[in-house]
Amino acid sequence: MTALLEVKNLTKAFVGLVAVNDVSFSLQAGRITALIGPNGAGKTTCFNLVAGALRPTAGQVLFEGGLLEREPPEAVCRMGIARTFQIVRPMKDMSVLENAMVGAFSWTTNVKEARDKAYESLENVGLAGKANARTDQLTLPDRKMLEMAKALSTRPKLLLLDEVMAGLRPTEAAGVVGVLHRLAESGLTILLVEHVMRIVMEVASTVVVLHHGAKIAEGKPSEVVADPAVLESYLGAGFHA
Amino acid sequence: MQRTSDQASDTKRWGAGALVFAALAMVGGMSNAYVISLLTIVLLFTFLGQSWNLMLGIGGQLSIGHALFVGIGAYAVAILNIKYGVTPWIGLLLGAVIAGFVGAVLAWLSFRFEVRGIYFALLTIAAAEFARIMFGGWDYVGGMQGLFYQAPSGTMDLGMLRGDARFYYFVALALAAIGVAGTELISRSYWGYVWRAMRDDDEAARALGVRTFRHKVLVVSISAATAAIGGGVLGLVQGAIFPDSIMGMAISVDVLIGPVVGGLGTAFGPLVGSMAAIPLHHAMGALGDSLGLPGLNSVAYGAVLILVVWFLPDGIWPAIVRLYGAIQLPARGRISQLRKAEE
Amino acid sequence: MLSLWLNVIAGGVLIGLVYGLVALGLTIIFGVMRVVNFAHGEMVVFGIYIGYWTVRIWDVPIFLAAAVAAVVMFVFGYLLETLVVKRFVNRPHHYQFIVFIGLSLLFSGVLLMSFGPDPRPTASQLSFQTVSVGPLTLDWARIQAAATAGLLIAALGAYLKYSAFGRSLRGAANNRLGGLVVGLNIPRVYAVTFGIGAACAGVAGALISPLFDAQPYLAVDFTLLAFVTVIVGGLGSFGGALLGGLTIGVAEAIAALMFTPSMKTALPYALLIIILILRPRGFFGAKDI
Repeated sequence: MTALLEVKNLTKAFVGLVAVNDVSFSLQAGRITALIGPNGAGKTTCFNLVAGALRPTAGQVLFEGGLLEREPPEAVCRMGIARTFQIVRPMKDMSVLENAMVGAFSWTTNVKEARDKAYESLENVGLAGKANARTDQLTLPDRKMLEMAKALSTRPKLLLLDEVMAGLRPTEAAGVVGVLHRLAESGLTILLVEHVMRIVMEVASTVVVLHHGAKIAEGKPSEVVADPAVLESYLGAGFHA
Repeated sequence: MQRTSDQASDTKRWGAGALVFAALAMVGGMSNAYVISLLTIVLLFTFLGQSWNLMLGIGGQLSIGHALFVGIGAYAVAILNIKYGVTPWIGLLLGAVIAGFVGAVLAWLSFRFEVRGIYFALLTIAAAEFARIMFGGWDYVGGMQGLFYQAPSGTMDLGMLRGDARFYYFVALALAAIGVAGTELISRSYWGYVWRAMRDDDEAARALGVRTFRHKVLVVSISAATAAIGGGVLGLVQGAIFPDSIMGMAISVDVLIGPVVGGLGTAFGPLVGSMAAIPLHHAMGALGDSLGLPGLNSVAYGAVLILVVWFLPDGIWPAIVRLYGAIQLPARGRISQLRKAEE
Repeated sequence: MLSLWLNVIAGGVLIGLVYGLVALGLTIIFGVMRVVNFAHGEMVVFGIYIGYWTVRIWDVPIFLAAAVAAVVMFVFGYLLETLVVKRFVNRPHHYQFIVFIGLSLLFSGVLLMSFGPDPRPTASQLSFQTVSVGPLTLDWARIQAAATAGLLIAALGAYLKYSAFGRSLRGAANNRLGGLVVGLNIPRVYAVTFGIGAACAGVAGALISPLFDAQPYLAVDFTLLAFVTVIVGGLGSFGGALLGGLTIGVAEAIAALMFTPSMKTALPYALLIIILILRPRGFFGAKDI
């Protein structure tokens, strides 16, 4: 099993705060990995470092064995790493289909090819029927799906999802879980940042737990939930006593 | 299913456009000299409005100094033609290249540090004013006294772009048609999709692999080059160019009034807006002159601008469309909610 | 030679303080409301006419004329914001640009209809009096204008820093949303802000009325000058407006000595373009635009 992405000793310090402290982990190709932790654990910072939206203070990110260094977000995307945003960001004055087409223009300049790819991405997330809708007509779960479709159109090798389940009802979240499983089966590697632990258990094959910017556990979901350090971080000291 | 309905509305839009321009061509064959000369200006500003529209309505970059590019085009044509007898066709080409280059440099300087929104807009106006003053003090280009074309002999000469008022009317009509069709085509091309994406959300577009920096430089450069072509023809039509009139703030304002009043981001908006605004401006000027009130023109024009933006925020064209509900507005036409650039 | 240079620079500093006041008006409005007042120059010209008429009718010292301009223009700005500008605060910049261009056309049209296009010589006795300090010989009118402008800038600075309302104004400038959340009366803050901005422009106009002939067409030049000044200093920055005003004032004075008149007019723009290239947000510009 090869690692598609390797994070080595990643550190990010802001003024007066070390948000990510010496974190290392790796993502196996074709697997879903989840990055979890309580609020303020450094998940989103870590995510943005991998996506190229932030520059690390120290440490490295290796993608397919090559070093990601000072690459702007558009270059990171063109290398095969696509991301979604925690707060959905549709292009407001473009239709759903047009939104999904944008990503395809990272590898083609042919409008027809981009449109075909966009339909395919929308089908993958179950939005093909709403291709001509305006984005403000979509429900929140649909908007989350559109974010994923946009990212899928870039033909990524690695998909980074930032709290894609946040704000969804359990039945809606179950739909997303189904989509994620299908995508992983087709060979896509996924890194999921989530706050809600229960959902993660259903999809992730590996879980990395952050707390106060440091990695405190890594392993299969069932192992991680049994880890006292993890329970303590989520529920406070003394809980397991 | 949805693709065929797309094609149907496409055909309808192109058909409507062809009808409008056919009607305008007939007007050109029938009207008197005053109407012809007024409509020529309207059509030229339709083209210039499309150039500005390309930059803000599609590319998301606000220019309030388009007079810079208009002036570069006008001077390129005039200098080559008046001083060296070179055909305006070469002048138009050269003007477009120079303006495109200047626009690219301005954009590069500004966007390199992610300076955008109102700062970029103020940079464009500063550059235009700087150029206006420099041209006014530059003897080679006639300084403040400007440059004069020889009076046209009346015989039409397509190779030298010389002819009577009606000839220039059709030149302007052709330009306006190219502007409207070109905006429509570009907006549906690879560039159009990518530019609209960065207009709506720069960061999200970058995350999808759009190299927004080079595309912003590109859209400004193309807009500048097309503005220069419009400016070159405007100079020919006016018969003389002066830095204060061709590079002044009034030109920058006139360029953007068409699209904003008519409907930003729409293909017909700049035409409708120019049709409404420019004759009004002229009529008020004439009324003010006849009443001996030199300021009336500007009071009325100012008031109308404010009222249109106040009561028809999307512009006149979308309001007409809503009223008749006949033609479905394309989704991309609706960018009235374009957020303030800094937010 | 040295005394010539000193005189030129001192003259530039004096007029620079007045430019600083003009720019301050623009920058306060932008800082709080994120609106660029493209009719600022017209407000300066209103001030010039107010100064001209007050001095002519009542024969009062120039700083009293400035006080009249301050009151009149504050009320004018307050009403303008409440009646018109308010509706466009949250609209995109190009709409605001059109609205303000509309206002500027409207105002200059009113000025044209009221006073005609010809310059009105405002020179009074004051315009020709000079004062000698060591090697310097300075216009008494400029000294008065600069002193009044300087005092006013200081007073405004203190007001913004120490008064409760001034602090809430700065709060709104720093964080519009935050201001809303903590329950600032945003409409009133905006109206007062616009009033203060207009008053700054009006006072500056009144102060320079002995130096510039009153003429409607001056407005565009003042608008552009104010833009250049605030961008050099950094849009939205109080200290930046002052520093920008002084820089432009001195640069203009030096350019007038060394170059042709057209170069003198072009210099502020050249300076602006250089500043934008080196420090894109001016000396003290807001990080977040």
